[in-house]
Amino acid sequence: MRSARHAAWRFVLQRASAAVLALCVVLHLATIIYAVRHALTAQAIVAHMHASLFWPAFYALFVVAVAVHAPLGLRAVADEWLALRGRAVDAVLALVALVLLVGGLYAVALLAG
Amino acid sequence: MNVPPTLAPAVSTRAVRHNDLRARGHAGFLAFVAHRVSGIVLALFLPVHFFALSQALSDPLALDGFLEWTRRPAVKFAETMLVAALAVHLAGGVRLLFVEFVGWRAEWQKTAIALVAAAALACALLFALNA
Amino acid sequence: MVTRTPGPPEDRLLPQTPVRERRVGDATFPVRIWRGTASGRFQQFDVPRRASQTVLDVVTHVQRHLDPTLAYRYACRVGMCGSCAMTVNGKARWTCRTHVDAVATGAMLEIAPLSHLPIVRDLVVDMAPFFDKWAAAKGQFKPTATRHDDFARVMPGSPARRAIDATLECIGCGVCYAACDVVGWKPDYLGPAALNRAWTLVNDVRDGEGAARLRAVAAEGGCHSCHTHQSCTRSCPKHLSPTASIAGLKRRVAQALVKGKL
Repeated sequence: MRSARHAAWRFVLQRASAAVLALCVVLHLATIIYAVRHALTAQAIVAHMHASLFWPAFYALFVVAVAVHAPLGLRAVADEWLALRGRAVDAVLALVALVLLVGGLYAVALLAG
Repeated sequence: MNVPPTLAPAVSTRAVRHNDLRARGHAGFLAFVAHRVSGIVLALFLPVHFFALSQALSDPLALDGFLEWTRRPAVKFAETMLVAALAVHLAGGVRLLFVEFVGWRAEWQKTAIALVAAAALACALLFALNA
Repeated sequence: MVTRTPGPPEDRLLPQTPVRERRVGDATFPVRIWRGTASGRFQQFDVPRRASQTVLDVVTHVQRHLDPTLAYRYACRVGMCGSCAMTVNGKARWTCRTHVDAVATGAMLEIAPLSHLPIVRDLVVDMAPFFDKWAAAKGQFKPTATRHDDFARVMPGSPARRAIDATLECIGCGVCYAACDVVGWKPDYLGPAALNRAWTLVNDVRDGEGAARLRAVAAEGGCHSCHTHQSCTRSCPKHLSPTASIAGLKRRVAQALVKGKL
């Protein structure tokens, strides 16, 4: 049944992106707390990012994982709390995913210089 | 005894009764609400975050002005709440991944939820006290 | 001859005043009982308080001595059949196994029919949707052996059989279904009992349904709609854990999906 495969893929993607995000968020939180503790200036942070290959790649992966994870989470909220379901809702959420992806990757591109 | 006329059973009308808060005062439900609400907050915040970052990064003056703005107490408080939301959602999510993929022990669930809350609180405090 | 009025007649016949029966020397306490259909309301009765009284005792007293038109279900009255499940002070329970002393906080008892199922009348719900979902989850055993085959050998200590042990005792009482928040929010959600039974059968090495059952439980409204609230696990009178069963189904479905066997 197509419905079963689609639902199962949504579940797998949601959990896989969650696992990726778990690692990304831990690193992101650690970075934030480190930056705040050491009172890093904007220039210092940006310079660090510009000079690195790792950080832009890391944040690009972060953005992709978010663009997969957030819309799938919102799908459940819309279905259960707003009683909004069906193809129209899925289309809107695909749009949300696109907005997050494009917006996020644009910011990462600026970060990478 | 006066017996009223026989009452025919109503046809199933699909109208049902729903539970109220009395059925929901337990750890598993509260953990779910925390996870869902924090997820919604984060989902609403992220586009704003990406937009603000793009604006600040494309203009060096804007970046400093932006960081200056983030030093305001109200903004610091909002940031702390966001960090808390992130920590709650992350820790709760890790618990769910454990339940779904590693295994289930009924006797561990309440402890796991307590650990999640503790970890999230620790994270939020680490941020708030250092910021 | 009986005259029937159109619409839900029960609602219009709801009495306006509390019904009392005075017996010298009896302490009574107020009990609110749901009357009518989904558009009905609570009616208050004053019921004598007795030692070791169960909620089923209360309902039975009302029907026998105060209002014979009260509709309710029970059968064994000893906690084996699950027929007497109702909502007591907001929580789904077996009324024959619920002592009034344990739940009448502030000496108030409120009895309503199970949530999330169509109300036939008063405390009686239509269990058909519950069992329809059981069938939709393919909650029935599909035999593969014939009379000419030898008995199946299932080791009691095997992981699959131990998984079955943990889930097998479900008697279909509907308490978990009534307690589940997602059932309330998403009408097509199969619910904890149906999925629990599907998990039991998925682990049965003799069963021949295979991937068809996995597809049935993975479809929209299936196992992926569970958010691990554990309301079901908390309220199951047989101490089963549909939450654990559904987590098992999610794992099994994901495995089948990535192997191309869904």
